[in-house]
Amino acid sequence: MIANPTEFLTADSGVIGLQDYALDGFFDETIGPNGEPRASSRRLIERIERMTYAELVSRQHAAERALLHLGITFQVYSDAQGTEKIFPFDIIPRVMDAAEWRHIERGLKQRICALNLFIHDIYHDQRILKENVVPPELILSARSYRAACAGLNPPHNIWCHIVGTDLVRDRDGTMYVLEDNLRCPSGVSYVIENRRIMKSTFPSLFQNVPIRSVSDYPGRLLDTLLHLAPAGIQNPQAVVLTPGVFNSAYFEHSFLAQQMGVELVEGRDLVVHDGHVHMRTTRGFERVDVIYRRVDDDFLDPDVFRPDSMLGVPGLMEVYKAGRVALANAPGTGVADDKVVYAYVPAMIKFYLGEDAILPNVPTYLCWREEDLAYVCDHIEKLVVKPANESGGYGMLVGPAASSSECQAFAEKVKQNPRNYIAQPTLALSRAPVIANGRLEGRHVDLRPYILYGKDIFVLPGGLTRVALRKGSLVVNSSQGGGSKDTWVLAESPSNGDATAC
Amino acid sequence: MLSRVAESIYWMCRYIERADNVARLITVNLNFILDQPAGQSEQWEPLVNITADDEWFRKKYGAPDRLAVLNFLTCDREYANSIISCLRNARENARSVREVISMEMWECLNRFYLEVNQAVGSGPEALFSSQDFLAAIRHYGTLFAGCLDTTMSREEPWYFGRLGQLIERADKTSRSLDVKYFHLLPSVQDVGTPLDENQWASLLRSASALLMYRQKHGRIIPNKVVEFLILDPNFPRAMLHCITRAEEYLHAISGAPMGTYSNAAEQRTGQIRAELAYTSAADILRGGLHEFLDRFQFKLNRVGDAIHEIYFALQPAGAR
Repeated sequence: MIANPTEFLTADSGVIGLQDYALDGFFDETIGPNGEPRASSRRLIERIERMTYAELVSRQHAAERALLHLGITFQVYSDAQGTEKIFPFDIIPRVMDAAEWRHIERGLKQRICALNLFIHDIYHDQRILKENVVPPELILSARSYRAACAGLNPPHNIWCHIVGTDLVRDRDGTMYVLEDNLRCPSGVSYVIENRRIMKSTFPSLFQNVPIRSVSDYPGRLLDTLLHLAPAGIQNPQAVVLTPGVFNSAYFEHSFLAQQMGVELVEGRDLVVHDGHVHMRTTRGFERVDVIYRRVDDDFLDPDVFRPDSMLGVPGLMEVYKAGRVALANAPGTGVADDKVVYAYVPAMIKFYLGEDAILPNVPTYLCWREEDLAYVCDHIEKLVVKPANESGGYGMLVGPAASSSECQAFAEKVKQNPRNYIAQPTLALSRAPVIANGRLEGRHVDLRPYILYGKDIFVLPGGLTRVALRKGSLVVNSSQGGGSKDTWVLAESPSNGDATAC
Repeated sequence: MLSRVAESIYWMCRYIERADNVARLITVNLNFILDQPAGQSEQWEPLVNITADDEWFRKKYGAPDRLAVLNFLTCDREYANSIISCLRNARENARSVREVISMEMWECLNRFYLEVNQAVGSGPEALFSSQDFLAAIRHYGTLFAGCLDTTMSREEPWYFGRLGQLIERADKTSRSLDVKYFHLLPSVQDVGTPLDENQWASLLRSASALLMYRQKHGRIIPNKVVEFLILDPNFPRAMLHCITRAEEYLHAISGAPMGTYSNAAEQRTGQIRAELAYTSAADILRGGLHEFLDRFQFKLNRVGDAIHEIYFALQPAGAR
């Protein structure tokens, strides 16, 4: 029923050494180009080097058992039996030093700020379209553009309250933004639980390493939500809205509700009457003021969006428009995480903030441009081609890993619907060591930090490091055989000044 | 608490209790057959009759022979009240309320399901080569009831769970008595013979009631067995006991004082409780045991309906 992802590990009594650790020409997060641990990881590696492989494997198993008992599992959609799997976890943490984190934090705050201004603009004056910084036809043709949201004014004009931004590092060490997730980014529960499990199965690693805490996330999330409550309400009530137990992120929905101490509701628990949203309780109806919805726009309100939705609440949008309930994230934010729109984020930052982007984008070919399309079709075997509006790594082509007939077939698909595709050069994603085959081996990783936009913008010091556990694979999504690692952000040393200044 | 959560806990407990009781009903029938005089054909129809799903059965299986009935009641994933379906439903309900129930309950239920799910794969013939399977189900059922009692605060979630359990249990105890009604003795003269007595003892045993019965009444006397399983106030599987507790928990939920009622569920439960508390086994037998049980099951269903309307299916006036 439940797969054990490390059955392939074989216990061995040899001491772990890095002498035969191969960098293979990639940037490694933990080990420097000279084969020595990077400064931020030195203490960690010293401790690991003192252990035997068998010891490491037994800690790895202990961590996995803990995940299973806690029921930290996800469901795989394509699997007919609805198999539950634990999210594979590697116990060697990935460490980020304070200075680099400061840079990332600044870059993310800048980016979220600009994206929020963009979404507000799109549903109001559309200045950025009128001045042709972003081609209007691109936005109005985006599947995630919601005409129903035009003219809406969410509380404090904040649209994207909870964001998860995917970052990747290339061979030369530059950190790029790969993707903005402005709808319902998931994974933050793993960040918190991974840390907790690491602390209980591997306490010795934490000694004397100044690691910034991630455990206050649920409290900050609750503050962010309550900040949105309609004015003048005593003790506003927030809830988490889930599509239900069959959703792949159900564990996270249940976890966040439990950690915040709020109700976890489904669409059928909510009802609109007397101009408010209420939940059905055994003591009658109770008013709901803020909904952290983990249901896509399309399914939120059958009266306004998809009429066949069983997951939403009829009449919800009416109440929302009247300002009597707040939704996080606001409906319509998806327009800014379309992968074609992504290409314009640096231009947005310039347009709204007058600044250069601190974190660069990955160079992106937009297939709707004729010259880009021609280039993509000619070089498809070297590129990663992605649909503009899918997530989870579904429906994409990794050129270098595909056969030439697969590439040709994909090129045909792109030609039929160029607006729906973008292409990017295949990045040499950085790697980090994982436990495999009796030793430490490098595997490709990315990083998803989580950002909360409430009274101010908060970047959780850490994030989800996803790792492609299959050797050579570049796809880190959990639905495609990816796992995760605990991510340590080191605290500033006192001489570096204020850690949270932006 | 959320209505949906209350409903899921209620049904989670009902389904576990149902799986446990279906195993008990099968046990009764198996024991009846073992006690039969040689040369008599096995009676499996009573088990189908008491489910009230006999039409569904006949359409799929035709004649009620041993393997068909055992498959229907244990392994049939299409039949909603088979043991495996009950456990699957209980687990699905539990999955949706994991932030409310205790870790121990979830683990117990999860293992119950996983083990039975694996076992039923071998089919009814292998499964019933001994009574180990049925014993294992009763064991897990008891374990689950223990988890419910020892790990949950006496607050709404527990009350709703207990309500589901008690209502299901009262219904199934009444149906096990019906097995005796449907199970024809070879002739009228057999009433009161050792064969008849054996059957009543089997019935008690399957309700885990034989020892407690003997402590109270000693010899097996049909009137007394009827009295014990229906009217005993203290035996936990007796119908009166179940109804009395259910009434208490309904009042704990609403806060209405006992002896009054604040909604239809309390009213109907109170009526059933009063009827059972102020009748006698002789009265019941005079009016016909089967008819009495039939009426009881009908009234109990109406209690379930009322709980549903009051607590689970709340609708605003004039709402869509």
